[in-house]
Amino acid sequence: MSVTNEEYRPLIVAFCCNWCSYAGADLAGNNRLAYPADVKIIRVPCSCRVNPAFILRAFQRGADGVIICGCHPGDCHYTSGNYYTRRRMALLFSMLDYLGIEKERTRVEWVSAAEGAKFAATMNDFCKTVAALGENKRLEDLRCKK
Amino acid sequence: MQKVTRDILVNKAKELLANGTVDRVYGWKKGEFAYDVTPALFKSEKELDEFVFGDFCGANVSKYLVAESKKAGGKILVFLKPCDTYSLNQLTTEHRVDREKIYAVGIPCEGMLTGSALKDKVDSVLSVETEGDTVKVETLYDGVKTFPASDLLPDRCRNCKSKKHVTYDELIGEDGEVLDSGRFDEVEKLEKMTPDERFAFWQGELSRCIRCNACRDVCPACTCEKCVFDNPKSGLENKAAADSFEEKMFHIIRAFHVAGRCTDCGECSRVCPQHIPLHLLNRKFIKDMNTFYGEYQAGEVVGNRPPVVNYTKEDIEPSEAVKRGE
Ligand code: SF4
Ligand code: SF4
Ligand code: FES
Repeated sequence: MSVTNEEYRPLIVAFCCNWCSYAGADLAGNNRLAYPADVKIIRVPCSCRVNPAFILRAFQRGADGVIICGCHPGDCHYTSGNYYTRRRMALLFSMLDYLGIEKERTRVEWVSAAEGAKFAATMNDFCKTVAALGENKRLEDLRCKK
Repeated sequence: MQKVTRDILVNKAKELLANGTVDRVYGWKKGEFAYDVTPALFKSEKELDEFVFGDFCGANVSKYLVAESKKAGGKILVFLKPCDTYSLNQLTTEHRVDREKIYAVGIPCEGMLTGSALKDKVDSVLSVETEGDTVKVETLYDGVKTFPASDLLPDRCRNCKSKKHVTYDELIGEDGEVLDSGRFDEVEKLEKMTPDERFAFWQGELSRCIRCNACRDVCPACTCEKCVFDNPKSGLENKAAADSFEEKMFHIIRAFHVAGRCTDCGECSRVCPQHIPLHLLNRKFIKDMNTFYGEYQAGEVVGNRPPVVNYTKEDIEPSEAVKRGE
């Protein structure tokens, strides 16, 4: 890696469910609440659409942090999707931690369509946390790096 | 070491073949070396001459029933050790085997030795015999050597979870009990390490993987007809890991696919030619599921719903889950 004077900017992938969190992101935009442009949002029909492999793939392709946002438990558009998300991610994150991969790089947050402010605050906080950790080295694929 | 002998099993097989209860038998026959035993199908009394049974018959034959029970014909006789019966129950739960076509005979088990542990100790094995708790090995260049049998016991037997058969049509010998094993001790040791130490540990282990897929092929929980790891478009097909990502990917995904269905039979660790302690990944999931969602043993009862396809409204949040053990 060459030495540059540029400030390090983490790449964050945010999986947002269509019905709550994606709308929450929209609301944050409408209200002109700032959050870093480093956050790349991927819209999914429901938080439970996020296969654990998607998260690993995101890291492979250069993400430094991955966050999954869904409706609050009990509010999922499909009734129970996010309950499954909660179990899957609890197990996956615990496994990543067990393998020595920094647990601060993954997160699940429940953000409703009315919580534009929470969306922005969450993203700001997550970017700060990941930026402090630096580049993702423990799940990286050099061939995918620019 | 084993309390049942080959003759008891062969006689039982002959009896059941003769009275028409079954028309074929799944068991073990001699492989290339004395310690190398391979699962095999026997179709007649004559073929049973090749049947072997001994301290190296650790192979869990329940997975072979997935294909075999789909075939036409009568019932299949299978000899199952206590831990194998959990696999059969789990396969029945998943509708992967036709339980009606299986005649399961439960056999007691005193712990099965591994050939790989033996190969680590001696070269050029000619023959192996166990007398009580001593293993006597005749070698080509080194003469006869003896070891305590416990040296050759894999972790799954040293920390045996159960001597109880959870399913059978007939039992040879006495049934045992579910044991209070120390099978999560190693996992706990790892959990107590720092993330850096854990990363170094797993990198040391997983970077040795040659992606032979033996662990997947032997796994009774891995019975998908089309496996993601065989799909050339997935970028995950057979190849040795090139970097820190690929090292982890296969193992995380495989462990995740079997989470909640893995009965902790220990076959993956047994067959790994690279001696990777794969059971430590599966046991981590089992331990987490037990702590987060309540005790659960895959295969204990037919029809049980694994924790990953279930939920309660009060489940632990992922952020809390990773804080445990801090
Ligand atoms: S690794 Fe996963 S996809 Fe492949 S057979 Fe096992 S459970 Fe199925
Ligand atoms: S058996 Fe061992 S070497 Fe082969 S794919 Fe599995 S972990 Fe890798
Ligand atoms: S639709 Fe938002 S979590 Fe299911």
